[in-house]
Amino acid sequence: MSDTSLSSLAAQLAARQVSSRELAQTYLDRIAALNPAINAFITVDAEKTLAEAAAADALRAAGQAGPLTGVPVAHKDIFCTDGWLTTCGSKMLHNFVAPYDAHVIRRFKAAGMPSLGKTNMDEFAMGSSNETSYFGAVKNPWNPACVPGGSSGGAAACVAARMAPAATGTDTGGSIRQPAALCGITGLKPTYGLVSRYGMIAFASSLDQAGPMAPSAEDCALLLNVMTGFDPSDSTSLDREKEDYTRDLNLPLAGLRVGLPREFFAEGLNNEVAAAVDAAVAELKKLGATTVGISLANSKLAIPVYYVLAPAEASSNLSRFDGVRYGYRAPEYANLDDMYCKTRAQGFGAEVKRRILIGAYVLSHGYYDAYYLQAQKIRRLIADDFNAAFKVCDVILGPTAPGTAFRLGEKSGDPVEMYLNDLYTIPANLAGLPGMSLPCGFDSKGLPIGLQLVGNYFSEAKMLNVAHQYQRATDWHMRLPPLGEAPGARG
Amino acid sequence: MSLTPDDVKRIARLARIETSDAEAQATQVQLNSIFGLIAAMQAVDTRDIAPMAHAQEVTQRLRDDVVTETDRHAAFQTIAPAVENGLYLVPKVIE
Repeated sequence: MSDTSLSSLAAQLAARQVSSRELAQTYLDRIAALNPAINAFITVDAEKTLAEAAAADALRAAGQAGPLTGVPVAHKDIFCTDGWLTTCGSKMLHNFVAPYDAHVIRRFKAAGMPSLGKTNMDEFAMGSSNETSYFGAVKNPWNPACVPGGSSGGAAACVAARMAPAATGTDTGGSIRQPAALCGITGLKPTYGLVSRYGMIAFASSLDQAGPMAPSAEDCALLLNVMTGFDPSDSTSLDREKEDYTRDLNLPLAGLRVGLPREFFAEGLNNEVAAAVDAAVAELKKLGATTVGISLANSKLAIPVYYVLAPAEASSNLSRFDGVRYGYRAPEYANLDDMYCKTRAQGFGAEVKRRILIGAYVLSHGYYDAYYLQAQKIRRLIADDFNAAFKVCDVILGPTAPGTAFRLGEKSGDPVEMYLNDLYTIPANLAGLPGMSLPCGFDSKGLPIGLQLVGNYFSEAKMLNVAHQYQRATDWHMRLPPLGEAPGARG
Repeated sequence: MSLTPDDVKRIARLARIETSDAEAQATQVQLNSIFGLIAAMQAVDTRDIAPMAHAQEVTQRLRDDVVTETDRHAAFQTIAPAVENGLYLVPKVIE
């Protein structure tokens, strides 16, 4: 199998061993072959992709190529992309061709990186299995009877199946990390505010954050270099000095203090996942790390807090979908109010409607203090637990999800059962901390297991260092699902 | 706390989502199980805890009062469900 790491693809492009156009065509061919079974993409437009690839080749010919110019990536269908259908996995936006680019898309375009298409996702990023997509569920490449996780399930599945070298995702309560875990890839949710949310269709604005998804930590570091940076168009974008996230990849781990939160190794964790995470801890110790027991006592309240705050913000954000300016409009209605009500009843799926209703309720007169305000207060307690923990450790380690990929339909009838999937990922979103998932083994059914790292604010380079050193010592991230050879750079 | 189907219909009305009686019944069961999960919050003593509205303690930036957007209304209206003469069309609200 050829090496499809971003650094290798970039080197092959720089050495003119392959053109961006040839590389894009190779991946388009693989998408054409595999996507019908996996359903990872909502939109593929070979003509647009090849035009962008040709432009990348022209940049290189003109001597203006950057480090990743010509390397193609797939984008989650939550990012507005000028001239491309941008659906957010919803019937509400099934016909929405975005008239502008999200900041993240602009950055990839500025880097000369062609888009391979728009990836499938849970509707409006609300889900942990990709089953709420209007465009049908994504299948897990490791076992098509299983879910890929969500909401960035299409992104995780397309990378796992090597239909793209890398992809963008977004993470509000675990939507990068949980699908990365379930599909056996690496994914990183940066510190809140590091990546601009401009043009990224909003779910819960105080939690949403975009990040990279790719086979390895090194790939993610390279992508993070592209994605981050101040953007005045997002009022929560942080004006910080630009970092090189690859700078610490090769540092040794001697002296690294790894915090193990006892709450993340308690009841509800699958035994095989626990064993794989324990083995990863042992591996890090071999590399020179020490461990320290910590407590995130309030993290058990993360799910209740999240299911107040996220729906409250969503009910406000999703009020813009009214059938007037873009997207779906109900075909028949009696008057303006009826048009809103029917458009929203028909345009939104069941899970999105449930969350809008929860949000409308917790924000309604008489309930605000008991729900919304109480949730915001506990959010601080959860963040304070992390702040205390980072006084005694450099990085926090635990499982990404309580189990491996579950079967399609297994949890879709019970929202509460589905919500519990994000038990370990939500706390980092509430605190605004960076978190990542990387492969650390397989269960007895051959399904990938994810290891989660949570770092202190702006410690992405440190987390990527830990992940990269672990990946140099292990090969879990190199394993491929049984779908056939990955595309060689020459196709 | 337990929501009734009438509560569900009232919230759905606030959210401008048409909901039939049968849908309200089904939704009520699911919302009650979700609020059962949320109820764990109520046991926590949060006196003197300042609410955390955002992940970063930052204030809104100010900028110069100058035009930064170009007029793209024609492009934006090509994707609207119904437009005429540069206006978005909706059902008549004033007789």
